[in-house]
Amino acid sequence: MLLIKNGRVLDPASGTDAAMDVLLDAGRVAKIAPEISAPSAEVLDARGWIVAPGFIDLHCHLREPGDENSETIATGARAAVRGGFTAVCCMPNTQPVNDNASVTRAILERAAAADQARVWPIGAASAGSKGESLAEIAAMKQAGIVAVSDDGRPIASANLLRQVMDYCRALGLTVVDHCEDASLAAGAVMREGPTSARLGLRGMPAAAESVCVARDVQTAGLTGCPLHIAHLSARASLDLVRAAKRDGLAVTCEVTPHHFTLIDEDVRYDTRYKMNPPLGSREDRQALLNGLADGTVDAIATDHAPHELALKDVEFDRAPFGIIGFETALALALEQIVHSGRIPLMRLVELFTTGPARVLGRERRLAEGAPADLTLFSTNHAWTFHAEESASKSRNSPFDGRSFRGAPMATIVGGRVVYKR
Amino acid sequence: MRVIEKSQLMSATEIDRTLQRLAHEIVEKSGGTTNLALIGIRRRGVPLAERVARAMRGIDGVEVPVGTLDITLYRDDLSKVAPQPVLQSSDIPFSVDDKDLILVDDVLYTGRTVRAAMNGLFDLGRPRTIRLCVLIDRGHRELPIEASFTGRTVQTSDTEIIEVRLEEVDEEERVMLVERVD
Amino acid sequence: MKKNASCSSNAWTDSRRRSRTALAPQSFEDAVPQRLPHILGIEPLSAEQILFLLDQSKPFQEIQSHPLKKLATLRGKTVALAFFEPSTRTRISFSTAAARLGADTMNLQAEASSLRKGESLLDTVRTLDAMKPDCLVMRHSSAGAPEFVAGRLDIPIINAGDGAHEHPTQGLLDALTIRDRRGTLEGWNVAILGDILHSRVARSDIHLLGKFGCRFTLCGPAMWVPRELESIGPPGCAIRRVARIEEALDGADIVIVLRVQQERMHEPALPLDDYILLYQLTPQRLRLARPDALVLHPGPMNRGVEIDPAVADGPQSCVLEQVTNGLAVRMALLFLLIGTGGGEAAQEIPRAKDVADAAH
Repeated sequence: MLLIKNGRVLDPASGTDAAMDVLLDAGRVAKIAPEISAPSAEVLDARGWIVAPGFIDLHCHLREPGDENSETIATGARAAVRGGFTAVCCMPNTQPVNDNASVTRAILERAAAADQARVWPIGAASAGSKGESLAEIAAMKQAGIVAVSDDGRPIASANLLRQVMDYCRALGLTVVDHCEDASLAAGAVMREGPTSARLGLRGMPAAAESVCVARDVQTAGLTGCPLHIAHLSARASLDLVRAAKRDGLAVTCEVTPHHFTLIDEDVRYDTRYKMNPPLGSREDRQALLNGLADGTVDAIATDHAPHELALKDVEFDRAPFGIIGFETALALALEQIVHSGRIPLMRLVELFTTGPARVLGRERRLAEGAPADLTLFSTNHAWTFHAEESASKSRNSPFDGRSFRGAPMATIVGGRVVYKR
Repeated sequence: MRVIEKSQLMSATEIDRTLQRLAHEIVEKSGGTTNLALIGIRRRGVPLAERVARAMRGIDGVEVPVGTLDITLYRDDLSKVAPQPVLQSSDIPFSVDDKDLILVDDVLYTGRTVRAAMNGLFDLGRPRTIRLCVLIDRGHRELPIEASFTGRTVQTSDTEIIEVRLEEVDEEERVMLVERVD
Repeated sequence: MKKNASCSSNAWTDSRRRSRTALAPQSFEDAVPQRLPHILGIEPLSAEQILFLLDQSKPFQEIQSHPLKKLATLRGKTVALAFFEPSTRTRISFSTAAARLGADTMNLQAEASSLRKGESLLDTVRTLDAMKPDCLVMRHSSAGAPEFVAGRLDIPIINAGDGAHEHPTQGLLDALTIRDRRGTLEGWNVAILGDILHSRVARSDIHLLGKFGCRFTLCGPAMWVPRELESIGPPGCAIRRVARIEEALDGADIVIVLRVQQERMHEPALPLDDYILLYQLTPQRLRLARPDALVLHPGPMNRGVEIDPAVADGPQSCVLEQVTNGLAVRMALLFLLIGTGGGEAAQEIPRAKDVADAAH
């Protein structure tokens, strides 16, 4: 039994925002009340902290199997709980690709052994994510995938997307797409704009993303399948999602912390600023911040993409895309959208809990009887992020050395405190 | 590292008198001035060469051409990495072929500057003769080089420095003996 | 959060503007800037620094007319040349510059290098470095590659061209050519013709001449002259784009003609005949410019493509001077980066007032 005392409970599902004690027992929430006395329980003093339902990260890369030098499921899941995440959805672009049940099961076994954050695998849409034929989606669903994607790349063609969507709709799975028009984006290493022109680097226009978002939204309309746009980065894409929602389509989207914090002007030749989709323009960032506030954006997802030093320590053109993000996500969100007054704290919790859950067709709440997955965080704890101290195997973060106000303080999975700062 | 002034070796008047004397010596010992040319080694050799030329004009009405030579490119002290070397251009508006050149510099010390100057001159052509005129010879030669025309010879130690200060460059006119103090 | 990964001349201060004590009279000629760490690009240099570099190139121009062109100034020094992108002219220019200064060269050619076998840039460069050159001249197809290397090696780096980013020695030799012919770099109308999007030469030229108040007109096929280029110059620099070459040349003082590069990846090629029809610099078109307008071309020229041979060989063409000036500029840079000396041979000891200066 674990008694969390003196915290401020924020539960978007019920709208609760109150000073409450929470008692956890046998992996579930046993009681939530203003004053709980439980003499035999272990006590966790959450004075000054927010007590929220466990955070979900819809988008990350755990690299195992295939690139264990950069990350393993164990190290990734550990980094995740240090970021306050109780569950993470890992993308299928491993080696081999997670396009069949046995890889899915292997991932789940590793995750269980690590016993840190829950790992909810996302299965490939096409075999090998090659964009030619469908993957064994039904078998993977049985094995435990929570959604389908060819992330790393877009789903290759409108026709394939349609087929995948028809199939997934019947199976009750959301299709997640990495929206990128391959021809517009070919060879690009950052966003096309004045900065790419000055640096002499090849850029991709925002349209590389929005052209594909448009395709996907139309196809979602055709099939009625829930569509989730991964790592949305451009204003034009957001406008398309907003319009789709207005039209009643089941379209959702996520935004990463680096996209609402940094812009293309921040890129010099430092590969820690190289990711896909690339950092957008000033206007894009502003639009994303607005979308986070007005509800167009459903979730914050990290797109945690570890790469070992040797891979990233090369000239800009040759570096792989991606940065780590578990451990800085909450702090960046607090800095950029809560401390700045843009959104209320409850909305922030939504973006990390009910928002992502809804995308997967689930619920997430802090209520009696619910699974005891909780995230406890402070909105003003002062700390500095040092990439060297990350639990991830990789160090590729542009936020190395950045000071923050606010951090995850304790992460509870299945009633057990898996992380305490 | 600091330097302190120890004594004055030459006043402005003494400098002027010495240059006049050197000009006379050069004219005397050159057996005619037709092929003569003065080459001032940057920096302070340049105003000295110009003054000697002026003095020579005063003696005989003789016009001796003056060129300036920057020896930075010809230095041989590879070990010493100084702050940014800065090139001035050389300006020798006449051919050095078959000329009797007089190199002019303020202080003759190890002889390396003069060696570099000779390298530079031979890059330009084939002078007939090269002789050296200096205001101060302070000894401590490291190469077999001697001045044909010397203003004054001064004994110095390794920690001492001879500072020749000329109006054109330093806005004052005297020769100082200073000492390096660590 | 912006990380400043630049290691270019920010470290280099123009000591003319350092404050001095009242201890001694001032003398500009005694001003000795701290040694330049690298030449990675024109953008970080100030106008004063650029003028200094051009002035320092003059003696090396002069040497080209000596009967004996070889100096011993850099004897004992080694210049490593790492050209990861094919280049004959620039490599030979640097090679000759080093040789005429008496330096040895160490040559890496991409074709022969283990880069093909997947050795990383860093490893290749470290291998070179283990042989202890005094400086590295590098050309690479990745923008930012010299900066990447500069952050990891202990020797001065000269950027001989990095992707579409900069080609600083080209910028300097173009500037030297313009200044020699027209007396100043200030306030010219400069037309740049061709594929500007992919041109490092255009960028270096814009950065450099932009610092002297020049105005730019960019002209070429629309997909190679995007709007973003209008903002790459220094703040306040006037850059406009026009579609028609006639408009670009009208009133131009300086015309920079870029090479049409046939090796384009990721984009559909433009038919050459179309390019010639719309953008070739012919004598007739050149007449629209000022009568004494200069024509510059970074070379190698595609005669009959971007430039009519009559213009290439005509009186307004500066291409041959550009080559000679390239040699002078490169000699000057090698000298400035790795040359030694700079005071009286035996007097490494600065003068009394130099000490006061150096204290600042």
